[in-house]
Amino acid sequence: MSKSKFPSPHEIKTIPGTEGWERMYPYYYQFTTENKERAEYENSTFWFNDALHYPEPLHPFDVIWDEAWFLSLSQYCSKYFKIPPANGVDHRIINGNIYISPVGVADPNEIGARVPLFMERAGYYFENWNSLEEKWKKKMEDIIKELEAMKFDQLPDIEDLARVKRGDGISTGYELLSNYDRLIDLGIRCWQYHFEFLNLGYAAYVTFVDFCTKAFPDIPLQRITQMVGGIDVIMYRPDEELKKLAKLSIELKIDKDVGGSDNLDAVLAKLQKSEGGKKWIQAWDKAKYPWFYISTGTGWYHSDCCWNDDLNIPLNSMRIYIEKLQKGQSIDRPLEKVQADRERITKEYRGLLKTDEDRKTFDQLQGTAKLVFPYVENHLFFVEHWFHSIFWNKVRDVAAIMKSHGIIKDIEDIWFMQRGEIKEALWDLVTAWASVVKPYGAIHWPKEIEWRKGVFKKFKEWKAPEALGTPPEVVTEPFTIVLWGVTNESLRGWLKLREIGDPDKVTEITGFAASPGVAEGIARVCRSVQEINSLKDGEILVSPTTSPSWAPVFQKIKACVTDVGGIMSHAAIVCREYGMPAVVGTGQSTKIIKTGMKIRVNGDTGRIDILR
Amino acid sequence: MSRCAEFVLWFEECDIHSVPRVGGKCASLGELLKAEIPVPPGYAITTDSYWRFIEEAGIKGDILRIVNSVKNDNLDAAEDASAKIRGFIENASISIELEDFIGEYYRCLSNNCNFPAVPSAVRSSATAEDMPDASFAGQQDTFLWIRGIDDILSRVKQCWSSLYTSRAIAYRNKMGYSHDQVGISVAVQKMVKSFTAGVMFTINPATGDISTIAIDANWGFGESVVCGETTPDHFIINKVTFEIIKRNISHKECLFTLNQETHSVEKREIPLEKRDDQCILDTEAVELARIGKLIEKHYGKPMDIEWAIDKDLPQNGQIMILQSRPETVWSQKKNEPVYQPKSSAMDHIVASLIAGKKLS
Repeated sequence: MSKSKFPSPHEIKTIPGTEGWERMYPYYYQFTTENKERAEYENSTFWFNDALHYPEPLHPFDVIWDEAWFLSLSQYCSKYFKIPPANGVDHRIINGNIYISPVGVADPNEIGARVPLFMERAGYYFENWNSLEEKWKKKMEDIIKELEAMKFDQLPDIEDLARVKRGDGISTGYELLSNYDRLIDLGIRCWQYHFEFLNLGYAAYVTFVDFCTKAFPDIPLQRITQMVGGIDVIMYRPDEELKKLAKLSIELKIDKDVGGSDNLDAVLAKLQKSEGGKKWIQAWDKAKYPWFYISTGTGWYHSDCCWNDDLNIPLNSMRIYIEKLQKGQSIDRPLEKVQADRERITKEYRGLLKTDEDRKTFDQLQGTAKLVFPYVENHLFFVEHWFHSIFWNKVRDVAAIMKSHGIIKDIEDIWFMQRGEIKEALWDLVTAWASVVKPYGAIHWPKEIEWRKGVFKKFKEWKAPEALGTPPEVVTEPFTIVLWGVTNESLRGWLKLREIGDPDKVTEITGFAASPGVAEGIARVCRSVQEINSLKDGEILVSPTTSPSWAPVFQKIKACVTDVGGIMSHAAIVCREYGMPAVVGTGQSTKIIKTGMKIRVNGDTGRIDILR
Repeated sequence: MSRCAEFVLWFEECDIHSVPRVGGKCASLGELLKAEIPVPPGYAITTDSYWRFIEEAGIKGDILRIVNSVKNDNLDAAEDASAKIRGFIENASISIELEDFIGEYYRCLSNNCNFPAVPSAVRSSATAEDMPDASFAGQQDTFLWIRGIDDILSRVKQCWSSLYTSRAIAYRNKMGYSHDQVGISVAVQKMVKSFTAGVMFTINPATGDISTIAIDANWGFGESVVCGETTPDHFIINKVTFEIIKRNISHKECLFTLNQETHSVEKREIPLEKRDDQCILDTEAVELARIGKLIEKHYGKPMDIEWAIDKDLPQNGQIMILQSRPETVWSQKKNEPVYQPKSSAMDHIVASLIAGKKLS
């Protein structure tokens, strides 16, 4: 790997007209040349753009989850479990793009000293995995309940008499501050839980992957995943609910009413008139909690709305299923086949091992990887989807109060403020409310936010380098390997695209071969789930990423290409089930491929040819 | 009239138990067919045919008299006896009934192959211990591209007479085998007209990965691949799922093809427009791999296989296996465990974490 191909983080020039952008983000996220030692560290380190989680620049508020996992992932590595060679992941930001870097433990003696600590701590988790995971679920459900119960009321002109008579001794203004703190705290806390099992889960998975690739150098990564992945994972549940509702509509002979309109209100009005309709509405309402908290994006962005935010989205997804059922086609996942394939593949690979020792190791590692995998797949629903979807709307409740006091002009303006800045603005607001004067924020923030919007627009047009600094020879941080798929091949691919420069000249893109097969067809670039209605049967979906709420699309397309994601990403998993080719983690397919282009997707090799 | 099945047997009717009657070669072809491994079609002319032939031709007594007169270590005498006996055999005529049996099967074979007087290989199939080694006999007495019943019959006699090469005579004397007990069988087998051909390993020769099958292929006969005359197309196929993992289509310059007049295989340049074409279909590659897996299972070890695709044969039956032998490079390596055994998954996880993942 050539060492000098990626730019130094300090070489990145400020986009003209965005001078001062740094104040939109925490100071500790900045690359700096101010201090020699820190500058040298930054320069000699390898930073890669976390495009998996952030295909778009981050609004100042949205950095909250990045900070949350900066702390959480790292603490579990370095303090909680003491993963021998890994101390977590360092973070920086440039123009709203997050750059991350695994922090290793350099001293072999220290690594050795950490081994017994890790064995004891992680060993305890592995041994008690199921009971601890049950506990985890309870913790998550409790925290979500607490979040849902949070109320942010407008500040009253005068406190309620009842408050006085109860002798509360605190004001609504104080409660706003305190509840805002609590809201943020719940978010950070939820992310503490997020990583409780994940480091270990990935460590177990990475080890199994490593064993398999050593035993079978040519084994496709997707086959290894197939041997440990769950069948009935929670992430499929929302989609399963839609299928059930679609079937129910057929059963009740109201499928023409349910599928007859793309507007839920119109559908409900019609259904109210019949007994069957009412029965269906009951089932629909029941499915909403919690399954319609599935986000239409990854859940990482405030702009990722969930089904409950716009019920027309699940309605329209479900209509695809109704249409299929009306045509007499099956919409069920081929569960038995998936299960049988998995068992056969596992048995055959195991049988190919040459020694009994290897078979024993295989059993040990596959067993552990299988144990941890449900968590790896299921935690997303609890955190990124269910919790986040509610969280964003609670922040909007806070924004509504700020708006009514003129601090922001629009509720959605709040995302241009950092969480700490919001706290300050709330102080400004409540002290002004209490003393019946005007908050300074009403002068300061609208102007600042206008400026930030202009800066942000430029951020979106900026092409972030895939990586900065000096690539390492060895990566030991399990997340970096699995999730982001940072391997020699992916780095080489990134470098190649950089060398070509002009996207119109690119004829070939490479990514991870995520699901085997070859398909040729017309590309349809969909940047969000709202655009999927434009998809025609037999097209090839090209998208930044996909999430479970995209599931119905997979009934229509013949192949899938994504910008980000490893072989464990949603698109990869679903395509493998439907047996259609997929190439994921291609970096910039949505920028290079245009709707209408003819492309060939090779899910065996991870290559996409643009035939134009 | 005697029963035909005593004297000729389709390969499909041969198996390991018929070695004394059809020889090792035909028996193993029968075994392969039973394992659903496609080999070029053909039939065995049994040892009974040989016995009947020397009986009816009235040369049995002469043969034994001459051969028994050879002293153990007298090579010149063996040489002399061989020439005389082979002359008797090759000049004697086969009875009409026996000729009919052999001819009828040849006609059927031609019919089945949709090819009049189908070009065939005629080779001896020794009954194991009668000959110094099977390949010795085989090398000596393989006649290729034989067409028409008359030529077939005369080559059959040549194969029969190979029982009495000087080396075979000396060998049986040395080993103490009695000459009057040994018979010989002959295989008549369709020549494969390779449209494409090559080799297949049921292990990746580059990495030693036993979960993959490697296929090298070129236009025409397999010689170009076997002798390394050109860079063949290269496929790596997953043995478990049969997905094509790697597909390298190379620039192929020469091929080996049949000269119809001389009946010999000769080297030619590949037409320009075909040089960069993929020479076997993906479906053929996958079918080959499937057969490779069967062959490996049949022999119980990684194999090195020669194959060909004959477009004259009916579709779904064009792939032919010509030769299989055990893979020798990786199979002879000592099987070290992939990971040193450890008492728990945790120990493995720690070891793997510490090792990390190399990027370069």
